[in-house]
Amino acid sequence: MNIQVRTMAEMLAANESPEILFWVGCAGSFDDRAKKITKALVKILNQCKVNFAILGTEESCSGDPAKRAGNEFTFQMQALMNIEILNGYAVKKIVTACPHCFNSLKNEYPGLGGNYEVIHHTQLIQDLIYSGKLTLADNGTFKGKKITFHDPCYLGRANDVYEAPRELILKLDAELVEMKRCKANGLCCGAGGAQMFKEAEKGSKEINIERTEDALQTNAQIIATGCPFCNTMMTDGIKHAQKESTIHVMDIAELIANAADL
Amino acid sequence: MHQLIFGVLALLSTGFFAFNLYKIAQNIHLGLPLNRSDQKAKRWKTMLLVALGQKKMFNRPIAALLHLTIYAAFVITQIELIEIFIDGLSGSHRYFQHSLGAFYTFTISFIEILSILAFIGTLAFLARRNMLKLPRLNMKELAGWPTKDANLILIMEIVLIACIFTMNGADEAALKLHSNLSNDFLISKSIGPLLFGGIDNLNTLHILEQVGWWGHIIMVFAFMNYLPYSKHLHIFFAFPNTYYSKLEPKGQIENMPSVTNEVKLMLDPNADPYSTPTNDAPAARFGAKDITDLTWKSLMDAYSCTECGRCTSVCPANITGKLLSPRKIMMDTRDRMAELGNYKRKNGKESQDGKSLLGDYISKEELWACTTCNACVQECPINIDPLSIIIDLRRFLVMEEANIPSELTGMLTNIENNGAPWQFASNERMNWSKEE
Repeated sequence: MNIQVRTMAEMLAANESPEILFWVGCAGSFDDRAKKITKALVKILNQCKVNFAILGTEESCSGDPAKRAGNEFTFQMQALMNIEILNGYAVKKIVTACPHCFNSLKNEYPGLGGNYEVIHHTQLIQDLIYSGKLTLADNGTFKGKKITFHDPCYLGRANDVYEAPRELILKLDAELVEMKRCKANGLCCGAGGAQMFKEAEKGSKEINIERTEDALQTNAQIIATGCPFCNTMMTDGIKHAQKESTIHVMDIAELIANAADL
Repeated sequence: MHQLIFGVLALLSTGFFAFNLYKIAQNIHLGLPLNRSDQKAKRWKTMLLVALGQKKMFNRPIAALLHLTIYAAFVITQIELIEIFIDGLSGSHRYFQHSLGAFYTFTISFIEILSILAFIGTLAFLARRNMLKLPRLNMKELAGWPTKDANLILIMEIVLIACIFTMNGADEAALKLHSNLSNDFLISKSIGPLLFGGIDNLNTLHILEQVGWWGHIIMVFAFMNYLPYSKHLHIFFAFPNTYYSKLEPKGQIENMPSVTNEVKLMLDPNADPYSTPTNDAPAARFGAKDITDLTWKSLMDAYSCTECGRCTSVCPANITGKLLSPRKIMMDTRDRMAELGNYKRKNGKESQDGKSLLGDYISKEELWACTTCNACVQECPINIDPLSIIIDLRRFLVMEEANIPSELTGMLTNIENNGAPWQFASNERMNWSKEE
């Protein structure tokens, strides 16, 4: 299935305006693994005929890693430039598959003049299913499988979104198994706060390995998550445990796209 | 004579306590301003649920129940303290007993039951610390004084409860010996004769009752004045600290207004780069080097911390052996604040002792271990926010000292040059849509 994506600039030229902007994010744009998540989400949006657009080359880093690393200048520079572009297109609603972008756009942009309704892609997919726009083919892809959900900190604790991704897993006809540390007590994957871009400080263990052990204890075949960074960290953890042939780390969007035969 | 001693003791101890509280308030005022006076209804609700209702304690039910026994006993015993004050100042004996009758018997019995429960709770807490060696209560930042402090508080509680039962028990035994009557207080009715039934000298029993009474009130005064030097201040600060909680989503980190001004100037093509800044605020430091650069709420957080270590026990960095411990961040902030506050009181408001929170107390290795995951903030039973301090200190390292891990310099350069944390050209941002 070919994916259809239009940019805000193209839409404006055609005198159209989308109902929602898909904020792809840097990981979703450049990281090979995360690009698959981006495409899975676009397939879902296409299937449901959602009138959406992306910023394309006009999009820039939300500034989250800069802010968490302590560089408020770089963060605000990015934020103000992005807000100028978003406001220029009169964007009202944004969906993103990255909880870090989600958090910055939703919570930190309003104070700098960027006021949008921002939702996480799991919330959008949930809406699409509830409104009947998306139906999952009964293809038995996940029948009898155990799936555990790793809560991204910036979706869960940071913004109290715990249920949308879980309700989607339950739609898959799979068994949702929880890790001992989950929801508000979930353990970080180790990537937040700009750790993604540096070596960990000296310690006795890598955080992603500690977290992967939580996931392994559930005997799940699939570790689902909703964040490109968590995806990287958990995938590395699974490789470290040499379980990559039996356990897969997948984004909720990919699971849903599979179940909908997209 | 008794009344005089009591009056002087009460006056001295409340006076000294007030003086120390004033010093603590002064120390908290060393912090930067922050407006937390909005959304009053939501703030009251948070305080009632989290501080009064102990909502977050119940994530760990055993500790919560043990803590509840001591908390409830402490709060309810304050009623009895009113009578102790009246008796102490007027020389009366159980001032309310006759006028309140059955209600009095009920109240004191209730206090006695709670005191017994608190006694058990305190013993269990001592055992958890010293015999079961609960990991979070035996970490390296607790070595020395913090461990002694914790045990001392528990021992003081035991002595206090022992005094209550000596007082009520001896009173009961004396009443029985003298006129074969009973106070009918639920616990001392049986404990009294059990402990003191063998004594057939009324005078000895009266002295024992007095020892209990004086012991009790002296422990109360001592405890009150010990508080400002102890982690135990949380019994007061839990309330204002939860009232002034951050109400925004946990993920939201405040945008620094001083930076907004400068960035807007940089982005404005019409701005005159040589114009003098118009804002009246003095050129503040970006981020925090010392406690005077933190907000007053971060400083109140530090005084509220009772070093329970729930934050550290859920910190991904600490769990995996890194140097960072959110509890230590709070303890360091408080210790540094006390140190600087004392120095300034001695040497004048503007004086500096040449030390700072960053460097002398908290190392950059600790700060760079944080994943900003908010687990510590989520876990704190009284809504302390260690992350806010960590971010403020990181900001100073990065914006004032350019003291940053080299990989992060690379990440920041990439964002500034090509709008992504990795080295990809921004015109390749849409390539994914054309790839198979």
